[in-house]
Amino acid sequence: MSQSDFALWVYLSRTPLLWLTLTIFVYVLADRISAKLHRNPLANPVLHSVWVIGLILSFTHTPYRTYFEGAQFVHFMLGPATVALAVPLYAHRRTVMRVLLPMAGALVAGAIAAMVSAVLIAKALGVPHDVLISLAPKSVTVGVAMGIAERTGGDPSLAAVLVLMTGAIGAIIVTPLMNAVRVRDMRARGFALGVAAHGIGTARAFQVDVMAGTFSGIGMGLNGLLTPILVPVFLPLLLS
Amino acid sequence: MLVSLGLLLLCQLLGEALVHALGVPLPGPVIGMALLLALLLMRDTLAPVLPHEVGDGTLEKTSTGLLANLSLMFIPAGVGVVQRLDLVVSHGPAILVALIVSTAVALLAGVAVFRLLARLVGEET
Repeated sequence: MSQSDFALWVYLSRTPLLWLTLTIFVYVLADRISAKLHRNPLANPVLHSVWVIGLILSFTHTPYRTYFEGAQFVHFMLGPATVALAVPLYAHRRTVMRVLLPMAGALVAGAIAAMVSAVLIAKALGVPHDVLISLAPKSVTVGVAMGIAERTGGDPSLAAVLVLMTGAIGAIIVTPLMNAVRVRDMRARGFALGVAAHGIGTARAFQVDVMAGTFSGIGMGLNGLLTPILVPVFLPLLLS
Repeated sequence: MLVSLGLLLLCQLLGEALVHALGVPLPGPVIGMALLLALLLMRDTLAPVLPHEVGDGTLEKTSTGLLANLSLMFIPAGVGVVQRLDLVVSHGPAILVALIVSTAVALLAGVAVFRLLARLVGEET
C-alpha cells in the first residue's frame, strides 16, 4: 500500500460507514447463497456472515468497538423488529387463540428441557460450576440471559456467547430434526424453535414459513418471561 | 414506510418508558409489541384518528420486510461473540456437546407436548 492508499484506509476504517456497508453486503451475499441452496440449514446466513466478518476484522486488525460503531445501526433494528412481531401475531390471532393450551404446555416443557438437559450434560462432562450457572439461561434472548446470569452469579459475557451458539445450533438442526420425527405442523415447529433458540431461531423460521415465524416469535417472547423465573428455582437443585 | 417505521419506534419508546417508570421486569420492545397489537385490535374503531398507513397495508409491508431480514440484525452481536469464543473453547468440546444435545431435547420436548395437547383440544392438522 502506498502512503496515500494507507491514509485513505485509515480514514475509511474509522468511519461507521465502512463497517455498516460491509455488514449489509456480507449478509446479502450469505442470504442469496442460502436462498440458492433452498434454505439448506447449513447455509445459515447469520452463521456464515459472522465468521466472514470476524475474519475480515482480524485480518485488518480492526477492534470490535470500531466495527460496532458502524454495525450498531443494524443491531438497533432488533428493537423495532421485535415490536413488528405484533403484525404477524395479529394476522394469525385466530390460529393462535385456538392453540393456547398446546403453547402453554410446550413452553413449560421446552424451557425446562433446555435448561435441565444442558446443565446436567455439561456437569456430567466435567464442566465447572461457574460455567454451568451461565449455561442455564442459554435458550432465551441475549439481553434477558445476560440479566439472569448477572443475578445468579454467572458471567454475562459467557452467557451471551452460549445464547448465540444455541440460537445458531437450533436454527441449523431444527429442519432435519423435525423432518426426521415427521412433525409437519408449522405451529408446533415454530413455537418449539422460538422457545429453544430465541431470535436466531425465529429469524430462521421467518425465512422458511411465516406461520412458523409467527409461532416462533411467540415462543421466544413467552420463554423470555418464563426462564427468568425458572433459573433461580432449578439452578440450586441442578448444581447440588 | 416512514410513518410505519415511526410507529414501530414510537411503540418501542412507549414500551421503554413504561418499563422504566413502572419497573416492569420485561424488555421495552416486548411491551412495545403488546402496545402495537392492542392498536391493531382497535384499528377499526380508531380508524378516523389513525394515519392511513395503519389501515392500508403499509404497516404490514414494513413489518414483514423487517422480520424477513431479522437474521441481519443478529450479525453485530454474533461478530462480538466470535471474538469471545475463547470463553467456551477453553472448556473443550463438553460445552458444545451439551448445547447441541440440549437444544435437540428442548425442540423435541416442545413439539411433542404441543402435538399432544393440540390433539387433546381437537386442533390437529
